[in-house]
Amino acid sequence: MALLEVRDLVIDIPTEAGVLHAVSGISFAVERGETLAIVGESGSGKSLTSLALMNLLPKRAQRRAARISFDGIDLQTISAGGMRKLRGNRMAMIFQEPMTSLNPAYTIGNQLMEALTCHRKVSQREARDRAVHLLEKVGITAADRRLSQYPHQLSGGLRQRVMIAMALMCGPDLIIADEPTTALDVTIQAQILHLLADLQKEFGMAVILITHDLGVVARVADTVGVMYAGRLVETGAARAVFKHPRHPYTRGLLDCIPVPGRTVPGMPLGAIRGQVPNLIGKLEGCAFRNRCDFAAPECAGAIPLAHPEPGHDVRCVRLPELEASA
Amino acid sequence: MLAFTLRRLVVAFSVALTVSVIAFVLLHLSGDLATSIAGAEASPAQVAEVRHQYGLDRPLTVQYLDWLWRALHLDFGNSFYFRDSVVSLIATRMPVTLTLGAISLAISLIIAVPLGVLAAVFRGTIIDRLALTFCVLGQAIPTFCLGLGLIIIFAVNLRWLPVSGTAGWQNYVLPSVALGWYAVPAVMRLSRNGMLEVLSADYIRTARAKGLSPAAVVLKHALRNAIIPVVALAAVQFGFMLGGSIVVEAVFSMHGVGHLAWEAIARNDFPVVQAVVLILAAIYITLTFLADVINALLDPRMRVA
Amino acid sequence: MTDMAPTTAPTTAPSAETALDLPPPRRSPALALLRRGLRHGGLVAGGVILLLIVGLALAAPLVAPHDPYAQELSRRMVPPIWQAKGNWDYLLGTDKLGRDYLSRLLYGARISLLIGAVTVLISGVIGTTLGVCAGYFGGRVDAVLSYIVTTRLALPVVLVALASAALVGSSLQGVIIVLGLLLWDRFAVVTRSATQQIAGSDYIAAAKAIGCSTPRLILTEVLPNILNPLIVVATLEMAHAILLEAALSFLGLGVQPPLPSWGLMIAEGKQYMFFSPWVIAIPATALVFLVLAINLVGDGLRDVTAPENRN
Repeated sequence: MALLEVRDLVIDIPTEAGVLHAVSGISFAVERGETLAIVGESGSGKSLTSLALMNLLPKRAQRRAARISFDGIDLQTISAGGMRKLRGNRMAMIFQEPMTSLNPAYTIGNQLMEALTCHRKVSQREARDRAVHLLEKVGITAADRRLSQYPHQLSGGLRQRVMIAMALMCGPDLIIADEPTTALDVTIQAQILHLLADLQKEFGMAVILITHDLGVVARVADTVGVMYAGRLVETGAARAVFKHPRHPYTRGLLDCIPVPGRTVPGMPLGAIRGQVPNLIGKLEGCAFRNRCDFAAPECAGAIPLAHPEPGHDVRCVRLPELEASA
Repeated sequence: MLAFTLRRLVVAFSVALTVSVIAFVLLHLSGDLATSIAGAEASPAQVAEVRHQYGLDRPLTVQYLDWLWRALHLDFGNSFYFRDSVVSLIATRMPVTLTLGAISLAISLIIAVPLGVLAAVFRGTIIDRLALTFCVLGQAIPTFCLGLGLIIIFAVNLRWLPVSGTAGWQNYVLPSVALGWYAVPAVMRLSRNGMLEVLSADYIRTARAKGLSPAAVVLKHALRNAIIPVVALAAVQFGFMLGGSIVVEAVFSMHGVGHLAWEAIARNDFPVVQAVVLILAAIYITLTFLADVINALLDPRMRVA
Repeated sequence: MTDMAPTTAPTTAPSAETALDLPPPRRSPALALLRRGLRHGGLVAGGVILLLIVGLALAAPLVAPHDPYAQELSRRMVPPIWQAKGNWDYLLGTDKLGRDYLSRLLYGARISLLIGAVTVLISGVIGTTLGVCAGYFGGRVDAVLSYIVTTRLALPVVLVALASAALVGSSLQGVIIVLGLLLWDRFAVVTRSATQQIAGSDYIAAAKAIGCSTPRLILTEVLPNILNPLIVVATLEMAHAILLEAALSFLGLGVQPPLPSWGLMIAEGKQYMFFSPWVIAIPATALVFLVLAINLVGDGLRDVTAPENRN
């Protein structure tokens, strides 16, 4: 049984102009120890998806699903108290903005130790030792001294390391990392990603990595889900998706980034024409069809799932024509 | 932190100096001082004598510096009307006003902060709406109307509390409510807005993601950050209350500094007026300075600034 | 492992191929503002009460049943109509000099509104000038302004207003001038921060780049863009001025008798309040309603025009 299973997740946000369908019926699963990367542009609903798993959505957002289960526990019927026992304890989260995600009024040590003491009956001493141990694990030197520092005294990269250490405090089974490197410098980004990958191997956690950066995915993910306009348009093993992207949107995305071996030197990078559709109101058919070079009348109808190879799912009705043209 | 404190100190001093100039000007605009001191029936010769004796024939800047020097030693001269030294007049009246201000501030904080926090935590619910309605209504009731209303209800009809005076603690209840009421809307709005802002902060989401209980999230992570601006406002409001106590003291016939200033203004006794203005301003400046420093202490980000 | 289960089948056939390209419905900004305003309960309620009071004040000579200054010593302290000894000639009774209370109340509204409006005009001009300059030029100018505002806030306003009113002579004009010169601080603070936001924006940089003069920039680019917060402060300060005038008049150093200021009516009624509470209850209620209405309008305008409410 998968550690996390999500079936037909829907997130609706009522607005003045109508209901915004931020996420419309996505399904995925994560096995223990596996890294799933969810890739998409901003506004594709990937961050909301991650918040929905933790039940941390903004109040006005509405979550529905056929099933959301974590280690056999139904997260839809769980009590608020029960969910709290899971959060930070068995499923932890790393956020996008390390600069603002730490409370400015408390020391690093206080905030780290609290993550452990609110779930386990441990002494201050033990919590402190654990915090020091993990700060060292995430590569922070002079960890003992850092504990008494305030967030504003740390750089963005250090703060994100602290956030990661905080997520590890209770030794979770699943870490959800929502664009953990977006706000950081490029050099720091690589360090943090390697750190995450190393820690995952060491602790055997499952990781859901939310990102818009395909380069990141290529390096760390086992499985990839590509999101567009609130739907998963393609899922599959990371290597398969990168080697042979099936969905026109995935292809477009891959053409936009330079990949060693794929991109021909000297040739211009690709671009996807048009704009992400407005998600307010009912949206039928393929959401990508107005930007797609292969769009046909049938794209406005229901889009069944295609399975071009085992474990590789694509939501596109024009797959045969696509394969033929490639 | 030290640089910050010093900077604030310099500002506080220069503001105090400016206020002293204003107070001095106020005194000199009130009419010819020599005539006031000598009395209405004095002959021109007597007035000239007084003018010379009090140094009122010197240049204004010299008079100002001399006055400032004596003011710094708490010597504000004598009252024209009360025939007593201004300092002793104020000293005997100050306890009433300070007590009134302190109780009023306590009352308004006890009402306003929890109300504002509750309104923010339960944003958009009936609790929030009631708190905001209370706020708008509160702002519309003038202090003196509220004071008179309280007298009619609690002193005259119910006979629970005395109408006026300063005899015992019972005398302070109604005036403090009337004076504290005025600050409730401002403090409540600030606590509510501060809390709303903090509750939508990323670190609150982090705290929730840790699995902390809602109470721990609000009380530990949100309140401390939301309360920081309230400290500054409380100091400001205390200053306003001392200034505003003039109305309440008049309504409840409490012989505090406000009442003294009111009588003095009505009798053109400006040595008293300028001294009260100066002292109240000095208290306000000191309070806001202290509030800034306390703020900086509460907010670790400001300590290095 | 990953499995994308089919989503629910569409219930209706997609109508148009271009359905995805439909832009979000647009309304004209002014119309949207009006719609939001009309949906704001507080704004509507406050607006209706305020319009009513303004209307009655303007029409006072037409609707007032008596001359507000005419004394009828044989008919002193007639209670209002809902009390046992009420008299239909004097709906709200008469005061200690036998003047019709309703007529005085109506004419009193004119005084409150006049003081509120003119005070706000004076203090608004002072505060906006200071605030815009500080926000636009920044640096030293800003430091000087924040110093002036700090000094102004350090002065106990009621006390200074009372003392100044006593110095310039207690009168309607005196009160207006004193309050106008004292109540500009919030204007300065609000316009300063609003201007700061605009001064840093790209369109100001663009306007500078094409060589617009500074006064022109301030008049054509800054002022129109800080109008919303300015109007909100103006309403709230109007309420503040009206309250202060009432307090000054109540303390005997504001508007002088026989003018029918509401604060003065309350002061004059104070000696009778133990036996005839209506003497102060009537003008106090009028005062509360007026201030409440203005505050509701101000808060409502803020809610409706605040940028964070626009989506």
